[in-house]
Amino acid sequence: MEDLSLHIIDIVENSVRAEATKISLDIETSIQENLLKIKLTDNGRGMDEEEIKLCDDPFFTTKKCGSTGLGISLLKQSAMEAEGSFKIESEKGRGTTISVSFRYDHIDRKPLGDIAKTFYILIAAFPFVDFFFSYKKGELSFEIDTAEMKKVLEDVPINAPDVLKTLKYYISRGIKSVEKG
Amino acid sequence: MAKLTIDDLKKIKEEYKEKTHLREGGYRVKITVHMGTCGLAAGSREIMDSLLDEIQKANVTDIIVTTSGCAGLCSREPMVTIEMMGEPPVKYGDLTDEKIRKIFREHVLEGKIVEEYAIVRGCETSY
Repeated sequence: MEDLSLHIIDIVENSVRAEATKISLDIETSIQENLLKIKLTDNGRGMDEEEIKLCDDPFFTTKKCGSTGLGISLLKQSAMEAEGSFKIESEKGRGTTISVSFRYDHIDRKPLGDIAKTFYILIAAFPFVDFFFSYKKGELSFEIDTAEMKKVLEDVPINAPDVLKTLKYYISRGIKSVEKG
Repeated sequence: MAKLTIDDLKKIKEEYKEKTHLREGGYRVKITVHMGTCGLAAGSREIMDSLLDEIQKANVTDIIVTTSGCAGLCSREPMVTIEMMGEPPVKYGDLTDEKIRKIFREHVLEGKIVEEYAIVRGCETSY
């Protein structure tokens, strides 16, 4: 996986497969702490202790077809390579939280990548999920809450081409304004 | 920073309803982008982005784009499956931005399968 924004799609897909209807994704770059932090919280079906122990094993999967579970193990590996941390908290029936951090200035830290495109593609791919995205860098932040948008859109799907076109522009501008500072 | 306002969303809603109110319900084409770990590593996010761009340019609302996990042919990723109503699905592989835009124009809009990029039609016939 070339960058962290692709890892994020991969772990969000796990949440969707676990029947999550609400997914919150917080990404924060803290130069002061020298950390890049990613936190995903979902309200999916969660995991028991045994599944939590096994979920970063590349050969463990809950999928009925397909033989590997590379997504989480690759993300953990990326964090470890950059002297970061990786933590999963989960409760059966309540949901899962994955917290990952990377030493920001580590030479092996993967770039964050095109996070605007990742947010946009996730909204397009999973219109039935309510996403809350937050992107912070220092004092600046950009947030998007698709549940609020759906209320206004009523019966017009959030992945309708006209809506997506506007969202793509809005997200891209929002992320750029945070990155530029 | 440009703000997305409630009025912007309301305007899009009204325009969308105007465009679609005469059309019968349901989708004519379903496009599945395979976005498992293998697909993502091979570039499926960019393929999805190109597809959404083509849909917006074509100004069509009867196409649904969805995603799936690994389809079992990791070495041929990025892949998409195109299902036209009443026809067997066609799987395309080794995709690039250029290839998916051609597939969209020729297969999705004009109904002609792009055989040079197709891997399989239905479940058995291989190109």
